Amino acid sequence: MTTLTVSRKRYLPILATLVMLVGAFGFGSARYDGFADSQVVLNLLIDNAFLLVVAAGMTFVILSGGIDLSVGSVVALSTLVSAKLLGHGWPAPVVILVVLVIGASLGLGMGAVIHFFELQPFVVTLAGMFLARGLCYTISVESISITNPFFTYVAQTPISLPGGTHVSIGVVIALVVVAVGVYVLHYTRFGRTVYAVGGSEQSAMLMGLPVGRTKIQIYAVSGFCSALGGLLLAFYTLSGNPLHAIGMELDAIAAVVIGGTVLTGGSGYLLGTVLGVTVLGVIQTLITFDGTLSSWWTRIVIGALLFLFIVLQRLVTRRTR
Amino acid sequence: MNTYARLVKHRLFWPAAALVLLLLGNFVASPRFFAVQFREGHLYGSLIDILRFGAPLILVALGMTLVIATGGIDLSVGSVVAISGAVACLWVSRLGDQNSLGGTLGAVGIAIALSLLLGACNGFLVSVLGVQPIVGTLILMVAGRGLAQLITDGQIITITGTHYRDIGGGFVATVPLSILIALAAFGISSLAVRKSALGMLIEAVGGNPEASRLAGVASRRLIWLTYVFCGLCAGVAGLMISSNVSSADGNNAGLWIELDAILAVVIGGTRLTGGRFSFGGTVIGALLIQTLSTTVYTLGIPPETTLLFKAVVVLAVCLVQSPQFRRKFARRSRRSVPVVKDEKVEVTL
Amino acid sequence: MPAEILRMTGIRKEFAGVVALDDVDFRLFPGEVHALMGENGAGKSTLIKVLTGVHGVDAGTVLFAGEPVSFAGPAAAQRGGVSTVYQEVNLCPNLSVAENILLGREPRRFGRIHWSALRRRAVELLARLEVSLDVSAPLGQQSIAVQQLVAIARALDVDARVLVLDEPTSSLDPGEVERLLGVMRSLRAQGMAILFVSHFIDQVLAIADRMTVLRNGKLVGEYTDITARELVAKMIGKDLPVLEGLRGEVRHGEGTLMQASDLGRKGSVAPFSLEISRGSVLGLAGLLGSGRTELARLLFGADHADSGEVRIDDTPVALRSPRVAVSKGIAFCSENRKTEGLIQDLTVRENIILAMQAARGWTRPLSRRRQDEIVARSIELLDIRPADPEARAGDLSGGNQQKVLLARWLITEPKLLILDEPTRGIDVGAKAEIQRLVAELTADGMAVVFISAELEEVLRVSDKVAVLRDRHVVAQLANDSLTPDDIMATIADGGER
Repeated sequence: MTTLTVSRKRYLPILATLVMLVGAFGFGSARYDGFADSQVVLNLLIDNAFLLVVAAGMTFVILSGGIDLSVGSVVALSTLVSAKLLGHGWPAPVVILVVLVIGASLGLGMGAVIHFFELQPFVVTLAGMFLARGLCYTISVESISITNPFFTYVAQTPISLPGGTHVSIGVVIALVVVAVGVYVLHYTRFGRTVYAVGGSEQSAMLMGLPVGRTKIQIYAVSGFCSALGGLLLAFYTLSGNPLHAIGMELDAIAAVVIGGTVLTGGSGYLLGTVLGVTVLGVIQTLITFDGTLSSWWTRIVIGALLFLFIVLQRLVTRRTR
Repeated sequence: MNTYARLVKHRLFWPAAALVLLLLGNFVASPRFFAVQFREGHLYGSLIDILRFGAPLILVALGMTLVIATGGIDLSVGSVVAISGAVACLWVSRLGDQNSLGGTLGAVGIAIALSLLLGACNGFLVSVLGVQPIVGTLILMVAGRGLAQLITDGQIITITGTHYRDIGGGFVATVPLSILIALAAFGISSLAVRKSALGMLIEAVGGNPEASRLAGVASRRLIWLTYVFCGLCAGVAGLMISSNVSSADGNNAGLWIELDAILAVVIGGTRLTGGRFSFGGTVIGALLIQTLSTTVYTLGIPPETTLLFKAVVVLAVCLVQSPQFRRKFARRSRRSVPVVKDEKVEVTL
Repeated sequence: MPAEILRMTGIRKEFAGVVALDDVDFRLFPGEVHALMGENGAGKSTLIKVLTGVHGVDAGTVLFAGEPVSFAGPAAAQRGGVSTVYQEVNLCPNLSVAENILLGREPRRFGRIHWSALRRRAVELLARLEVSLDVSAPLGQQSIAVQQLVAIARALDVDARVLVLDEPTSSLDPGEVERLLGVMRSLRAQGMAILFVSHFIDQVLAIADRMTVLRNGKLVGEYTDITARELVAKMIGKDLPVLEGLRGEVRHGEGTLMQASDLGRKGSVAPFSLEISRGSVLGLAGLLGSGRTELARLLFGADHADSGEVRIDDTPVALRSPRVAVSKGIAFCSENRKTEGLIQDLTVRENIILAMQAARGWTRPLSRRRQDEIVARSIELLDIRPADPEARAGDLSGGNQQKVLLARWLITEPKLLILDEPTRGIDVGAKAEIQRLVAELTADGMAVVFISAELEEVLRVSDKVAVLRDRHVVAQLANDSLTPDDIMATIADGGER
């Protein structure tokens, strides 16, 4: 009996998200014509593919009990580096590789500092945020447009789906990232160690798990995902801009939390994050469809949801302990 | 111990030295840097500008100091700055006569009341519900920007009231009012924490929460209070920032100020883990950051690259404060001496 | 008898000049439970850490299955066949039972974790301990006892030949202890060599085939057949110095100040009833870990009691928090000066006035002159050195830190002062001063609860002694000509004399 209630509580946040998603979607389709159109749903994915990738990386970090405030800046840096290098005539594959390596190494560096000097992740990634944003400005203070044929091809080629709908290549990449992420978290020792570290770092260490290595890898994963998210954003906007993705770390954190991952770490699912991103997308779409509501309502609603879920988490964790 | 050694050991020595060095560097680059002019009964000059534009940061950082001293953090100050400015400007813009003193004071009162309320919300989340400070204040950081834009309806509200403009741009007895406000805030809060038992009890709670609990300290109330104070400081800073430009911009007012404030506090020698704090150090830290921005500007470097400097400073300060870093460093410099585990590392920065 | 699996000979270990283990021998046979006994600081944990490779040895040899070994650390020891389960369950509550057993060595197929094989293996391992439960449920839902069993299952997975159980029963209730002992019996029957560390005498006598007693880092002896009384005597040491009494008559105090009835907290102290009288000293005696500190914490509201009630001056009081207790005139000097007592970064002056100021609230500060007066008087009264009120508290020696804590509470003029190990780690002179102070305070009408590991000290200062054993108050004795032997006998017999 107790077992049943407790395990039900474990899924309570994610269930709440699901109910909310269905509710918001039902509300939208009842109220606005064409809201339930399948292309509208797919557009939601197209518009948020880069956020999905970044939030996937953030899920790893938060599951381990950390936080990464640098993601938005790394996204912006990635768009700028791509635009700049492509502008210099570098071939697209090399540029992509360089961007991904930069992102992963930034994450690796931050993870190493966090682990070796036992600094709070929030401070170190804050410095990383400044650093990446500052690097952006040293590259360019203005938007640089991308004309590289490969990038424009990726940006403009829709993948047709049955029913006359389509998605972008970015969506496919994002979904692949999610699939790989789910596999890694669930089926590899690295993934399980992420959960173990989030549950109790001390215990994980005493159980002989490679805690330090795992922590560093987690931030590298987040850096890599941010860089990839940056590439998707570059595909999506065909530009590099130092002002891209300001405040995106908050969207990513919100998506992860709304998706049911506990901020203290150790509990949550990557698929929940997908739900979280979808919720944010539906809210945006609702506000766009309404027409009378202004865009800032998005922020307010996200804030309110974040509040709701954090309080919910407190209640759930308090009861089970 | 001679005077020199005592001076170097003082915990404000290094931040103060860095500030002086930076100012001297500016002097070398542009000899007119220290010149203070007296024009139309007002003081002008680079130094005055640093103080004037640094005033909002000083205010926010003062509030942040107490929060950090309890072992917390407040990420929402930027949003509070935006909301406070937005409410005040909206109120003034609706006045029949924007130059009415009563109306302006009403606007100020409402903005401050709202800031106190927002601070109280943060405090409630952290001290009563027990949410981690980073997370609890993140909520208002996210939603606050939206609220500010809601208040301004997404526009930049421009006002013409002269009284309101005086908050940030006025002069009293030749000195810019904003400097006086910052000075007063520094003076009053220093007196308030040191003349009452507030400062000591906050340091006790931040220094050892469990020991404080066992000594009967009402830490919940104290922590709550620090967030309210932080909200108040951010609110006043918001008034100042919006008054400086006679307009309220829900989107950009106070952007990044939470980071600058945290940085100022840390440079000022207050540790992020809580405990001993120093308002004086915080002011020096805030001035250092403001001077850095000014320097970058006068040297003709793109102003946005100050972020790079800040990143380096944050990391350097945190590394110097990290016991692990010191231990590794010490081991390298004195290889043969066994390093004793030292829990009570003094902060030299 | 089979050949010994483990033999440690002449083990010596020093820490910065302090000898923690001195020429200690220890041996362990397959199919036996061998208890390692001794008070805290006797060297039990150091010996285990030497065995599992946490510490190197300064002298002596460790033979494992006849081969000399020197493990590089707990992980290496585990691979070598020596597994350890600690007092605190070091597992991840958020993961499933199965994962906790096999984390880090999950069965894999095609490079990925083979979940069904993992669960199967976990069920098998638990079955060996005669435990069956849903292995995919999160560990955090299980009781501490089950978590302890899961930790053992994890330790057993690596073909362990020696299982070290370090105080595994500390947080278990009697039923759970019985279950764990059952598991130990069945493992013993399977030929496992078990090293059992515990200070619960009943449990040790119930299960151990052989006992090794350490005292002050030295080997007292190895015993197979021993009574509880002898065992306690071996642990504490017989050669107690004879001290002259500090007190004359037994004082029965001047009326009851505090009355606790059936006060208790699960996993901490069994319900007890006590009366504390004004102007008298109640001593708490018992071995380390017998529940003395836990009892004191309940009286101060530092932990919440889950049964019983407290009356002060015959009025029921809900001790919700230390703050409430302080307002009722109760003061508590914790045994952990560093973590629960001093604010290291603050000055001596600030530390002394902390409790008084906290009680007044921040809006009514003590004037600096008053502070200086009070602090100067305290420094003089207690002879705190250095006599500098502005010295950083963390820089003081242990004895002086203790005096600062004492001063913090004395200036609040409490009705009841609870002292948990006030003389631990301080020199003889300071010790006598503190004992004398306690006598003076009670002469002025204060009630004192005095906790100390040194029985003779408890007897010197106390009018009444409550004896604890295995988290129960087993006896309350009026201290007229009690001797340490009487107390030891009471502890050993569990109060049934």
